[in-house]
Amino acid sequence: MGEEEKKQEYWRWTESNWKNPDIKWEDAKIVTVGIDVGSVSSQAVVMTDGQVYAYSNMRTGSDSPESARNALNLGLEGTSMPESRIDYCIGTGYGRVNVPMADRSITEIACHARGAHFIYGPEVRTVLDIGGQDCKAIRCDEKGKVTNFLMNDKCAAGTGRGMEVFADLLSVPIVDVGERSFEVKEEPEPVSSICVVYAKTEATGLLRKGWAVNEVLAAYCSAMGHRIFTLIERIGIEKGFAITGGLAKNRGVIERLTKEIGVEPMHTEWDTQIAGAAGAALFGYALVQKGKGRRK
Amino acid sequence: MIIAGIDCGAKNTKSVILRDGKIIGKGMTLTGFDQASAVKESLDASLKDAGIDARDVDKISGTGAGMEEIKDAAMKVNEIRAMAKAANYFFPSARTVTDVGAEMGRAVKIDERGKVIDFAINEKCAAGAGAFIEAMARAIEVELEEMGPMALRSDKSIPMNAQCAIFAESEVVGLIHAKTVKEDISKAIHDAMASRIVSMIRRIGVNEDIVMIGGVALNPGFVGCLKRELGIDRVYIPADPAFGAAVGAAVVLKEEA
Amino acid sequence: MIANYGYKDGSGDYFIAVDTDKCDGCGRCVEACPGTVFEVVDEDPNDPFREDPVVIVARDKGRKLKYECGPCKPPTNRPALPCVEACPQDAISHSWDR
Repeated sequence: MGEEEKKQEYWRWTESNWKNPDIKWEDAKIVTVGIDVGSVSSQAVVMTDGQVYAYSNMRTGSDSPESARNALNLGLEGTSMPESRIDYCIGTGYGRVNVPMADRSITEIACHARGAHFIYGPEVRTVLDIGGQDCKAIRCDEKGKVTNFLMNDKCAAGTGRGMEVFADLLSVPIVDVGERSFEVKEEPEPVSSICVVYAKTEATGLLRKGWAVNEVLAAYCSAMGHRIFTLIERIGIEKGFAITGGLAKNRGVIERLTKEIGVEPMHTEWDTQIAGAAGAALFGYALVQKGKGRRK
Repeated sequence: MIIAGIDCGAKNTKSVILRDGKIIGKGMTLTGFDQASAVKESLDASLKDAGIDARDVDKISGTGAGMEEIKDAAMKVNEIRAMAKAANYFFPSARTVTDVGAEMGRAVKIDERGKVIDFAINEKCAAGAGAFIEAMARAIEVELEEMGPMALRSDKSIPMNAQCAIFAESEVVGLIHAKTVKEDISKAIHDAMASRIVSMIRRIGVNEDIVMIGGVALNPGFVGCLKRELGIDRVYIPADPAFGAAVGAAVVLKEEA
Repeated sequence: MIANYGYKDGSGDYFIAVDTDKCDGCGRCVEACPGTVFEVVDEDPNDPFREDPVVIVARDKGRKLKYECGPCKPPTNRPALPCVEACPQDAISHSWDR
């Protein structure tokens, strides 16, 4: 292929899948699947009786139905589970209405709250999801039901995309941004522009003034942290604070954000990117149990 | 009396020389990252254009995002006031003025003397400023100057979903991949941008005559979409609209002197 | 549930909040809004277990609230907002005044 393929893609992260070795799907009563087709990444979570049996996490392609298909295939890879075993499948995320194998779609707001409640535990009250093209702040009750939410998918500032633009501008692999943003002698002033287009111009000016790349990264990470803080402030932050989505993996933003909030985020062993798909699979499980879902 | 009006904008710095209220020289330079030197360069260019010496200038009036860097300014004029005065200077019949520059969009309602009655502004977001069209031009690999004329060659109406310039970049690239012709994409970009400026004008009321200044007024594609969105036949644009605010700043100083 | 539709960008916050516990989906805001910002849906897309109609702001509208709501928000002499006035349940509020 052409030049484009050879060019290093600084925004690229690793795709993955996982299977729970302790579960035998053959023993399951109800198998549900949640497929979260985000603007940047797609996940499929396969649940057996409300427990995670397998999942996948990959980059979304240009076509939503195909991305959903690929995510499900990767999730089922090496499990020997036939697709026909799935009792109910729910699509969520940006491309949720384009998930061909879904029996129903539910918004990412509901799914993220439900999923975070599952992967972080019932103490979760505030969920922040920083996705590729949006940022969601959700308050929920002890059952994982949404009580207050907002979603910003209009503006790239405070989303994974904003960070990708910077990683690309500064030629730093996106997975290294967090670490490198702390390799500075002194914490710099945050980038003052919120708009990513203007922040890019500002960053170019800083580099020209002699700032090191890591300093510019630090300045952007802290601007982004502050930006997300002002967004989440709107719904109010309660303890039991969980951060999901791809950007949860970026220490540079998260540590600066939580310092400003003054609430420590909860920890989980799970891949935080699967929250939406896990929530979708759980809704599927609940619907089947209530007799509202299909049962073959 | 000779007055220099300097508008230190986000993208370009513009200077005009007014002798007894008449424009006798103009100079423009890219603002870049050193505003102070851009101010000096544009002023020098306007002096050269006017054929006069720096010592001949009685007073300097400044405006624009970088007006604090205009050290020799006797007066600093707020951008809203400058654009209102500029519209009145060029077209006394003006009642609504819109100024769309690289990093901002504004709409001002004025009276017959160029006094500000009401205004609405859009700044700090590229979606409602010239930067939007620039970013799109880069994304579809078309020269910025070509964007407007290209849009005029299309009569299609393709809606754009993205508001943010960053997201719109991927959307237009998607349109290219879907083999949409660039003329139609360019029109969609201008339509989207014009509808945002028009909704801002609607907040202060659409009162004719409508004047447009700022660098984006040079884009015939944008002006076409603006007229269509507003449902009016004519938008008044001065020669060299990019110098509008600089002229306005100079006129304000002249009237106060 | 408080559903905040809208966004924040470099120029400010633009949110319409709907209290879905108060909203009964009567649709008077839909009729009152000149920008057709609202719509009544039978199933709350954000609450899969709710079974009553509710009003939502569609995504494409939510992304341009600053512009859609502009005509109802002149900079000065601001009248009461038609959607807020129309709601008998007092379920709608706006985050921005500028």
